Formats: sequence, structure tokens, C-alpha cells
Amino acid sequence: MFLLALKMLLGDRAKYWMLVGGLAFSSLLMTQQYSVFQGLLAWTTSHMRNMRASIWIVESRVDQVNETKAMRDTDVNRVRSVEGVDFAVPLFQGVLKARTADGADKMIQMIGLHSGTLYGRPPHMIEGDISQLRLPNSVVIDTLAAEVTRLGSGVGRPLKVGDVFEINDREARVVGICKTERHFFGYPYVFSSYDQALQYAPRQRKMLSMILAEPKPGLDTAVVAQRIMAETGLRAFTVPQLEASTLRWVWTNTGIPISFLTTIVLGFVVGVAVCGQTFYSFVLENLRNLGALKAMGASNSLLAGMLLFQAMIVGLIGFGIGIGLTALFGLTIAQSGQPPFKANAVFVFQSMAAVLVICALAALFGIRRVAKLEPAIVFRG
Amino acid sequence: MTTPFRPVNSVSLPATPVVCNPPGDLAVGARGIVKAFGVGDARTLALKGADFEASQGELHLIVGPSGCGKTTLLSVLAGTLLSDQGEVNLFGTRLTGLSASEVTRFRCRNIGFIFQQFNLIPTLSLVENVSVPLLLNGTLRREAEAKATERLRQVGLAGRERQLPTQLSGGQQQRVAIARALVHEPRLVICDEPTSALDSLTGHQIMELLSTAAKAPGRCVLIVTHDPRIYGYADRISVMEDGRVTHVHAGVLLSSFIHSENRS
Repeated sequence: MFLLALKMLLGDRAKYWMLVGGLAFSSLLMTQQYSVFQGLLAWTTSHMRNMRASIWIVESRVDQVNETKAMRDTDVNRVRSVEGVDFAVPLFQGVLKARTADGADKMIQMIGLHSGTLYGRPPHMIEGDISQLRLPNSVVIDTLAAEVTRLGSGVGRPLKVGDVFEINDREARVVGICKTERHFFGYPYVFSSYDQALQYAPRQRKMLSMILAEPKPGLDTAVVAQRIMAETGLRAFTVPQLEASTLRWVWTNTGIPISFLTTIVLGFVVGVAVCGQTFYSFVLENLRNLGALKAMGASNSLLAGMLLFQAMIVGLIGFGIGIGLTALFGLTIAQSGQPPFKANAVFVFQSMAAVLVICALAALFGIRRVAKLEPAIVFRG
Repeated sequence: MTTPFRPVNSVSLPATPVVCNPPGDLAVGARGIVKAFGVGDARTLALKGADFEASQGELHLIVGPSGCGKTTLLSVLAGTLLSDQGEVNLFGTRLTGLSASEVTRFRCRNIGFIFQQFNLIPTLSLVENVSVPLLLNGTLRREAEAKATERLRQVGLAGRERQLPTQLSGGQQQRVAIARALVHEPRLVICDEPTSALDSLTGHQIMELLSTAAKAPGRCVLIVTHDPRIYGYADRISVMEDGRVTHVHAGVLLSSFIHSENRS
């Protein structure tokens, strides 16, 4: 009977495609928007993956990794003096201006690394040697800076190792090109030594943005971070703590989650509305046939099962098309890297569950109608 | 085409029907069936204590003017509508004593339906339509389709198993409906105006098929109709008026009833 139920649905091509289309659109809206949202959230914590430190120490009022409130240079030594800290190094991070190929100014994300250890250096060097950051006026740029932003006045092509450009009217010589995860602000990364970064940045009374630290081998990172906070009054985060704090900050201080969640919820509601209405109208149009089946001895549970089966099948087909379109979107934008896109297997299954819930709700309207249907309807004119 | 109906006894209508020559074992028995629709001022009594009997091996027509309760009685006898009062007995099973799911199972096994508008599922092929009662009874699809194919052959539709109902004429669709009604060998076949949507010749062909079906051992065919052209196929005719069966014609009285109806 379930095969016949499927044929009944497939036979009504207009309704079938309307259902599949509605569910595919709904799936696309939910999964695509969620993936972009996830990508955006991932961008907010990209500093942590681009600089990889165990403990991040910031000024006591800082809540997230992208925020800087400058500290005194002496704070590095205070952290170093905490028991359990293996080493601690200063880090500069700030947004500066660089000159592009066409002579315009472009904002860059400047990261100044401790020149002794280069702790916090980018994980993937494509070209050049990171240790040359110790040379004067040298920088390592990421691929975004080299290829997309086209830094370098008069160069007119992607920057290469050995090329020179300007940061705040000061010379910057490219000694390496690295691969980084893109930052939430969309600025390209430019790494230099801490001292050099201070030369590029406009002078202020306090310039230390962050302190990166490593606990002694065998010690618990969270315990050491806690100890740093207790002894220095600064705020110390482990990686998971900083990630959670940053995401919490984004959720509570920006309209981004609300905006994306609204779209995702709308996708669900549109799915329920389109699918529910179409499926209910399919049931109404087939009421006489369903009544005939009921008269011939089809039980309410069998008819409910048939309707649920029909709904679930179109749900899975619609979801398949929707997730396929989302994947296509992801692959298409993978080249440019914008908008951010981060597919999540768990959410794929959650979306599938949401689509099946939509289908179950749609079927429920029909099932209620059929359950109340008197088989004697078939004898009425 | 329907013919205006005139009761045989136009002077007085007895409360209980006049029964003439009941033929075989009892197939369908109904006593004191009352059925009302609506509530309050809108309440209408469709059946006012109707009694009915039909025997095995007979083709039994239920006739009467529009609104007299024929279809309501048929629905109650088929177990598709619950009566407010009264008892229905089908082949020794007291239908009124069964639960809703038991009635559904009973219908599934023992009753075949033929509807005025055929009620074939338009998106299913003929063989799939006919195999529905077998599938509902748990027969495997392959076996059900084999039996359905054989039934279609018996009603003259061999070779058209994979066609859709919309590709057939009204008469052919009704043949499919008959094949569907008989495919699971039901003991009772319920027909609601089976010829009203058909021309005279096709109507007679359909009645030949139903008449043959009624001769199967232990089977009974009940037909509600307005169509006097098919009265000649009946073994008995129950006449209904105002929610009751007022006359039952069989044997000699049946011939005279048919004669008088045809003259009118």
C-alpha cells in the first residue's frame, strides 16, 4: 500500500513538485544561512587559529579576542613571574593602513610577534622564511594581502617575496607569504616583529595588545590561566575559554545571530506553510479516494502511515535537493572565500530533522482530516 | 437517467415491509435502524426504524424516491456509517456489536464496493486499482497483481492492465470497479447507483456482470438504484419510502412490480 501511496503522490505532478520545491527552498534557506552564520562565527575567532597560543592574556575589561585595550609593557614580566608560566611574550595587534596597487589605502590586520621566539606565528608558510621577520622593515603577508588586496603601490600584480610596499608611509619588505584563516573584519593579515609593529603603528602611551603564554610542561593550562588572573589582575583565557567568550560576546553584542536565526526560522516557517498547505490540498483533492480506501477497509492507522510516508519521501527528496544546492553554493564561493561558509555535519542532520518535522506537521493536518472522514462520504453524490 | 418512482401501494404504507418468498439463507439482516443527521432544529431523521433482509445468492435492489434513505441504509448495512439505533447482522456477524476497528476489518475481508462515480484512483494503473482490496487484506503485491490481472480479464479488460482509469470510458471504468469489488472474493457486494452514469447498453453489460457475481455461492449483491432499466436483473426489490422499507417484491409480485414500473 505504501508503494501505491507514493504513486498517488507522484501522479499529481504539480503538487509533487510544489512540495519538493518548497522543501528544497526551505532546506536551502536553513542550511545555507546556518553555514554562512557558522562561517562568520568562525571568522570571529580566526586570530586564535592563526596565532595558536595556549594562554591569552588581555586587559581585565576585554571580553573577546578581537578587542584590544592596551596594557603596559611591564605586564609581560608580571605574567612571566607567575608560577607555572613557562614563558610569556608580548603581542601587538591593530588595524593599520597600507597602500594598495592603485595607490589607495587599505586596512590591514597587523600582528606584531615577539622577535625572540616568534611565538604566535602563522601555521602555514607558503613561501619565504618566517625567521627573516627579525630583519628591519620585514613583514610576512597572507595570501589575501598578496593576491586579493593587491598591496603595493605600482606593483600591479600579486605581491611576491622581495616586493616592497608601504604601511603608514613606512617601508615594508615582504619576506614570506603565509596562509591564514580569514578574519571577521575581512582585513588581510600582515605579520611583523613586535618592535617593528610598534614602528608601523601610531604611537600611543600603551602599545601592548596581548600577552601570549605557555604553561610549564605537565601543568594544566586552565589552572595556570587562573593563577595568572589571580596574581596579575589581568584576564587570562585558555583557547576554549577565549573562543566561548568571543562567541558569547558576538551573540550578546551584535545583531548577527538574530538576523541569521530569523532567516533560518523563516525558512522553517515557509517550509511548514508551503508544504502544509500543498499537502493538505493534496489530501482534500484525494478525499474521495481516501474515503473509498477507508470504505474498502483501510484503517485510520494505515491511511495515516500512507500520508506520513508520502510526506517523508517528498521531505527527503526536497531536503536532498536543498542540501545539494547549499553544497553547490559552498563550492562556488570556496574560490573567493566570501561570504564565509562552514558546513556542519551535525546541522545537516538537524536540518534534515527539521524538514522531516515540517513534513510530519504537514501530514498531521491531512491525517486529522482523514481520521475524521466518514467512509460513507463515497456514497454521497 | 432516472425515472420518477411511484410506490405500488399508494393508499397506505405499512410500518413493516410486505415480504414475499425469501429465497435462501440470510445474508444481510437489519432491524429497527434509526439514523439521524444534524442537531437541534436541523436534525433530520434519515432512517426511521428501517428493517431489511437479503439472502445469499441473490441480487437485491433497494429503490425509492430521492431522500427516502436508500443510501443511508446502504451505508449502515456496509458498516461505513453507524446507526443510532437498531441491529445489523451480516452473514451471522452482529455488526452493531463490533468495535470500529473490528468493523473495518470485517469490511475489508467481506465486503466489495462499487460506487456511482467508480472512485478509481486516477494515478494508479488498472491492475494497481484492482489489487487494492487484496493488499488491504495483506496479500503480497506480486500475488495481488496476478489475481487483479485475472479479474480484469474476466471483465473484458485483458491487456489493459497498465493503463490509467482516465484512459477508459465510463463503462470500462465501472468494469474495473467491479473487478476491484470482486477480486478478494467478498461475500457481500455493495453497489451505489452502478449504472446511473452509464448508457443503456453499457448499463446492461454491467448488470450482467453483477448478476453473474451474485450467483457465486454464499454471496449477496445489494444495489441502490434509481434506474428502472435494471429492475429485471433483481431477485428481490426492496422499496423504501420516508426512511423505511415499505415493500419487498419477489417472485410473481416482482414481475408485476417491474411491469408496473416500466409502464409508468
